[in-house]
Amino acid sequence: MQIASMHFKERAHDNMGNAQLQANLQKIKGKFVAKRRESLVELDDFEATREAARAIRQRALDNLDVWLTMFERNAVARGATVLWAETPADVNRHVLDIARRHGVGKIIKSKSMVSEESALDRAIEAAGVEVVETDLGEYILQINDYEPPSHIIGPALHKSKEEVSELFARVHGTAKKMEINELCLEARQMLRKHYLAAEMGISGGNFFVAETGSVVLVTNEGNATLTTTLPDVHVAISGIEKIVPTLEDIATLMRVLPRSATGQSISNYVDLLTGVRGEGEFHGARHMYFILVDAGRSAVLGSEVSEALRCIRCGACMNHCPVYQNIGGHSYGWVYPGPIGSILTPSYIGLEKALDLPQASTLCNQCGVVCPVKIPLPDLLRKLREQQFARRLRPWSERAGLHLWAWLALRPRLFGASTRIGVRMLGWLGGRDRIIHRLPLGGGWTDGRDMPAPAGRTFRDLYAARRAGGAKR
Amino acid sequence: MRVGFFVTCLVDLMRPAIGFAAIKLLEAGGAEVFVPPTQTCCGQPGYNAGDRDGAIALARKLVGEFESCDYLVAPSGSCTGMIKTHYADLFRDDPPLLGRAEALAGRTWEIADFLVNVLRLKVVPGTFAGTVTYHDSCAGLREMGVKEQPRALLARMPGVRLTEMAECETCCGFGGTFSIKYGEISTRLADNKCEHIAASGADAVVLGDLGCMLNIEGRLRRRGDRRTRVLHIAELLAGDSA
Repeated sequence: MQIASMHFKERAHDNMGNAQLQANLQKIKGKFVAKRRESLVELDDFEATREAARAIRQRALDNLDVWLTMFERNAVARGATVLWAETPADVNRHVLDIARRHGVGKIIKSKSMVSEESALDRAIEAAGVEVVETDLGEYILQINDYEPPSHIIGPALHKSKEEVSELFARVHGTAKKMEINELCLEARQMLRKHYLAAEMGISGGNFFVAETGSVVLVTNEGNATLTTTLPDVHVAISGIEKIVPTLEDIATLMRVLPRSATGQSISNYVDLLTGVRGEGEFHGARHMYFILVDAGRSAVLGSEVSEALRCIRCGACMNHCPVYQNIGGHSYGWVYPGPIGSILTPSYIGLEKALDLPQASTLCNQCGVVCPVKIPLPDLLRKLREQQFARRLRPWSERAGLHLWAWLALRPRLFGASTRIGVRMLGWLGGRDRIIHRLPLGGGWTDGRDMPAPAGRTFRDLYAARRAGGAKR
Repeated sequence: MRVGFFVTCLVDLMRPAIGFAAIKLLEAGGAEVFVPPTQTCCGQPGYNAGDRDGAIALARKLVGEFESCDYLVAPSGSCTGMIKTHYADLFRDDPPLLGRAEALAGRTWEIADFLVNVLRLKVVPGTFAGTVTYHDSCAGLREMGVKEQPRALLARMPGVRLTEMAECETCCGFGGTFSIKYGEISTRLADNKCEHIAASGADAVVLGDLGCMLNIEGRLRRRGDRRTRVLHIAELLAGDSA
């Protein structure tokens, strides 16, 4: 996917000024938060389940090589082929090789965020093969000239019903539908013929199970089931970190994933796909491929932010993030938005290409407290800020300001003297109303807010005076 | 009981009255208050901006200044959260200091929490007649577990009616240097907060952190609201808010 993370500020500005988008964001925000909260009540002990989920994901990462090898062995034993993709380009190369090998002219695809990293759809089309997205959100984006996704579980969440309605009428050449179920029906009718004609289906993978060599798909529309079982060839693509040791682990993770994501006790469909179609079976793909993608993940594994790899892609961090809720997913400029994206994006595409992302958080930790696998998101953002600072990627003025502050604060007498002057000047700027409307060099603050002026004397001085006065008495 | 009072740099510079109000409350609760004269900053601005070395130096200084006290109390969830939850990370490679920092962290309290759970303050000196709404600061709530304590104290003031605003636990958008680096986003978050405050109909918004205070008051005034008062919980409780 085209990287636009360097334009974060401009995009956030535009998105905050986009009335339609703002209305859409407001509408979905409350739904996600309330539904998650309501669904957690069903669990006897959410915190204990959350801790178990964290431990499962961490155990997988701690011995990632062992589980991946076990997965490969078991998947191959069931007739599947396991391919490794070191880079995003390798993903596209593998997919096109498979398509060529099986003489594929049409591919159907269920949702895969990993495939967005390498812009797989465009690569497929460039090779002269047709590809059709079947997840409703992804389909909407595809027919809108590959608009980028704005959310990891609802890629088209930024669009209103009315916008989709207009898009469908324009692209499908049909009469405009106004009801959501009419729009869904229209999409189903459009997609049905593709399901039946496609020779190959591509899916993502919510989890890979090491002990069975299976892939788990968590969906709501049923499209993944069709995509992975109707065509003769199924290709499942996901990151190497998505592995878990056992099927029992899946049972635990499934208790927190749908609840954290959409507030459902369980998603409408959970597909567990193991091996190719066997003798006498009349379901399933005859050829099954797994593409396990590194694309920066193994480097993250050995880094200070490795805990980010525990992510199970529920989207709760972005759904609860006050910054995301106001600027929308497109502002972040790559595949993964919100708090987790602000860690993954710089880690995968380079810290210097996404300078704003680790900074664009108030570190309020609303993300951290809702994360079902307990990723300490603010701590990890802070680690990336430390790396930016150490690598001198932040502006000179910012670094100088921080050095000056620490230098002064380590020298109490000088700190006292300089803050005495500073506070007096600010007090004077505040005038009679004791409100500063315009701060020199402080436009970041005063463009949108006043600054309540200080009293004019520091606590330090007032306290010293009070003590001296007390001693005299 | 010797309580080391950490004024915090923002109270020192911007609202010294809050410091005096806090001392009054601690003394009303029977504490002997000691204000280390060389104290400055806990190191949080540097820590959150990636200046780890600067933060370590300031954290080391603070530990030395306060470790002789029975408790460290500050009128801020953010600064106490820094000491209690983040100093351990700063000293992870320095076991002797890590031990000292962890010992101090165990004795570090946010003011409202300390008044309720350690001093068990029964009688609140201040009086206030009107409706207030409480803004939960992020670090106070999510790092220090401050939620019921300030509300319990407000309930001990007969003239105070507490009316909860919507999304009282949502960030006001301050975020330290975030408020300047991403002023527009920060302002939008503050604006949402102001909407909720206005909708609550409260005469005053009460809170426990200076950062939120400057941000919320700054946005309220820019919006033209000159009526809604923005008070630190210590000022209100001490009766120094007139």
